[in-house]
Amino acid sequence: MFAIVGLILGIALGIYLEPTLPVGLQPYLPIAIVAAMDALFGGFRAYLERVFDDRVFVVSFTSNVLIAALIVWVGDQIGVGAQLSTAVVVVLGIRIFTNAAAIRRSLFHA
Amino acid sequence: MPEPGDRSVVPEHTVESVETKGTGLDQPIGWRELLRDFVKPGRAQVVFAAILLVLGLGVAMQVRTQAQQTDYTSMRRGDLVQMLDDLNSESRRLENEIAGLEETKRQLQGGADRERVAKEQAQRRLDVLAILGGTAPAQGPGIRIAIYDPNRKVTPELLLNTVEEMRDAGAEVIAINNTVRVVASTWFSAGPSGLLVDGHLVTVPISIDVIGDPHALTEATRFSGGLISEVQSPRIAGTVTVTTDDKVTITAVITPAVNKFAKPA
Repeated sequence: MFAIVGLILGIALGIYLEPTLPVGLQPYLPIAIVAAMDALFGGFRAYLERVFDDRVFVVSFTSNVLIAALIVWVGDQIGVGAQLSTAVVVVLGIRIFTNAAAIRRSLFHA
Repeated sequence: MPEPGDRSVVPEHTVESVETKGTGLDQPIGWRELLRDFVKPGRAQVVFAAILLVLGLGVAMQVRTQAQQTDYTSMRRGDLVQMLDDLNSESRRLENEIAGLEETKRQLQGGADRERVAKEQAQRRLDVLAILGGTAPAQGPGIRIAIYDPNRKVTPELLLNTVEEMRDAGAEVIAINNTVRVVASTWFSAGPSGLLVDGHLVTVPISIDVIGDPHALTEATRFSGGLISEVQSPRIAGTVTVTTDDKVTITAVITPAVNKFAKPA
């Protein structure tokens, strides 16, 4: 319940307060979002498998987001930012699908 | 860094703590348990909510940023080059069109200029002909002749001669008594009550207004056998005064008759 409320509240805040990210950070926001989605799916999977841990979840979420942004930032510095963000998105996407498959198996036994 | 979904790297105590909660099941959480946890949230869900809040915020920001950006940022280089080529050729086409239209505009302006010049020339000719034909009032330097003829001896021939002399001297407009404009068809004759010019009775004193070079016109009245000597001769015994005027205004006009026979050839 809280989860749904949190999601809706976040979207509402984003729409109505119109916060703006500094221009320098804007290229990393999409990567951070994908990393956050990966962490969320992983956390839900862990919850379903009864191994969920707050601390692990928060730390893994934060580190995933930061590392993804860092990789893209380094890529930008050395001129392969676009390719590295593609790579990060692909890797995170694969993980999201893997986690989604595990969640599906847990819930639907299929 | 361990990942939440990776069971193998989850610290042992987490598994223990989960197991010591009393659920004690190796089976994954089922729908009923999920529903129960959903209705009665625990600490885990608060963390989830916080992360989801951040995620929602980020997605909203990103969507808004993306909506503000122009479409070109997400296009590939090949597409952009293609688009640039299209724009260049379109630009060339429009430049050609502009050149063509400029040319047309120039031609039309030239045509309008020619038409205006022709109109001005026609107007000038119209003005000249209107003065010559006597259909328009005229003014200009000239002389005023006044003939005092107490004995009524002035003949139509004398008047006609005077007009001819004036024309010889370059008279452009002539009017008699400022009522009769002397034109090509003007005739002079004598009626029972006096001189007639174009059917109008000429009252005494006879005044003749002439527009032309005042000096030449004055001279044309003075030569021996001319107007002055004729009028002042013993036969007529009248007097003539000739005054020059820088601005002789002649308002007498004629109404041109419609030609019955002659037509422009």
